[in-house]
Amino acid sequence: MDNPYRMKLNLKVWRQHGPQDKGGFQTYALDDVSPDSSFLEMLDLLNEQLVSKREEPVAFDHDCREGICGMCSLYINGHPHGPEQTTTCQLHMRSFSDGETITIEPWRAKAFPIIKDLTVDRSAFERIIQAGGYISVNTGQAVDGNAIPVPKDDAEDAFNAATCIGCGACVAACKNASAMLFVGAKVSHLGLLPQGRPEAAKRAQAMVRQMDAEGFGSCTNTGACSAECPKEIPQSVIGMLNREYLLSTTLSEEG
Amino acid sequence: MAWLNAFLSSTIGQKVVVALTGLFLCTFLVVHMVGNLQLIWGTADKFNLYTYAMTHNKVIKVVSYLTYASIVLHAVMAIWVNRRNAGARPVGYAKKGTNSTWSSRNMVFLGVVILVYIVVHLYNFWFQLKFGEVGTVVIEGKHVKDLYPVVINAFQIPWLVALYVVSMAALSFHLIHGFQSGFQTVGVSHHKYTPFIKQLGIWVFGVLIPLGFAAVPIAVMILKDPIPIP
Repeated sequence: MDNPYRMKLNLKVWRQHGPQDKGGFQTYALDDVSPDSSFLEMLDLLNEQLVSKREEPVAFDHDCREGICGMCSLYINGHPHGPEQTTTCQLHMRSFSDGETITIEPWRAKAFPIIKDLTVDRSAFERIIQAGGYISVNTGQAVDGNAIPVPKDDAEDAFNAATCIGCGACVAACKNASAMLFVGAKVSHLGLLPQGRPEAAKRAQAMVRQMDAEGFGSCTNTGACSAECPKEIPQSVIGMLNREYLLSTTLSEEG
Repeated sequence: MAWLNAFLSSTIGQKVVVALTGLFLCTFLVVHMVGNLQLIWGTADKFNLYTYAMTHNKVIKVVSYLTYASIVLHAVMAIWVNRRNAGARPVGYAKKGTNSTWSSRNMVFLGVVILVYIVVHLYNFWFQLKFGEVGTVVIEGKHVKDLYPVVINAFQIPWLVALYVVSMAALSFHLIHGFQSGFQTVGVSHHKYTPFIKQLGIWVFGVLIPLGFAAVPIAVMILKDPIPIP
């Protein structure tokens, strides 16, 4: 007899052996899924079944499984991280209905090449950070945390921007595969604080240069990124990035 | 000027060009709107004098060249940006959800509709005024081209009126997204005034101005009789 507290699902999963493989969708039927399990636990269940059948398990990214690392990805039923505005690890199967067909795709962007199945190479983000997503601090004794006054509003905006976990959902959601929300979050997070100001002009120039070199698209202000961002980073960080880039181009020695 | 070259080849710089030319064209729309009102509330003489002023004033001439340049630059740069963006996702999604406004996703399509409209519109009136057979009338001692009957007669053609109205609908959706988007792109974004810019973009540039433009051909078709040209 069917257990009413268990779900049956059809999974349409993107399978691709490697970066050069053409890839294609494979359909899997999965039953006995708990509505309380997370999406990744559901995929674990699928993989256990595949392994027991001596088939290749589905490769997907995951790490902390508590919504803070930004490693899990997956474009689920037309949305990055699925139907809820959270990370895939924090998405639960109760957000789906019994008997539903779930389409699972990797992030799609030229700058995020597929490694295997659902895993993509997001090191383009690391290179953008290396280009300017930091502040230079002298070694030695730690500076007194309260030595430099920071206005409360700035501190809060900077903190909100700093909640970006670099998952890439913004790129996945954007019709232009633009990384502006990510870069905007980093430029705002560092640029709103006094410690980040000395390098602000250089940072904006270097990070945008790297973002363009990686092949991300431009921002056409559709707002799709903020609508999908698990950390709800607002569009205003893109406004700040535009402002910082424009001002550093016209008023600073950088650029 | 390496910095300028770098700026104009960056994704942000290219969008800034689209934004600035677009916002300039918004100011042009306001001026054009004021002129159109002459057709509804003014007389034939007033309209012809207005046409004369628009074609003979030096300042207007400079602004009109700026306007043509802006249209070309706006369109060329936007298509360039669009092609570059299409290249940023060579393989698309099988199942694509939406979470943004229709107009924000279809700016290039709407822009092409408006561009086609501009060509038709320039042929209808500007081309006729410059190269067509338009009569001359004497108003206030000046020999003025009699464009008034050309306009009134053009808007007796139902399909042309329909084309104008559809194009203004495209303009409406283009500006509902474009006006506020332009400010965001040039970095003018703050919670103090961004809500006002958004409302201004939707209600004045997205609704009022396109409605005003669409009202002219409709009003002419309904209210005015064709004028026999001698």
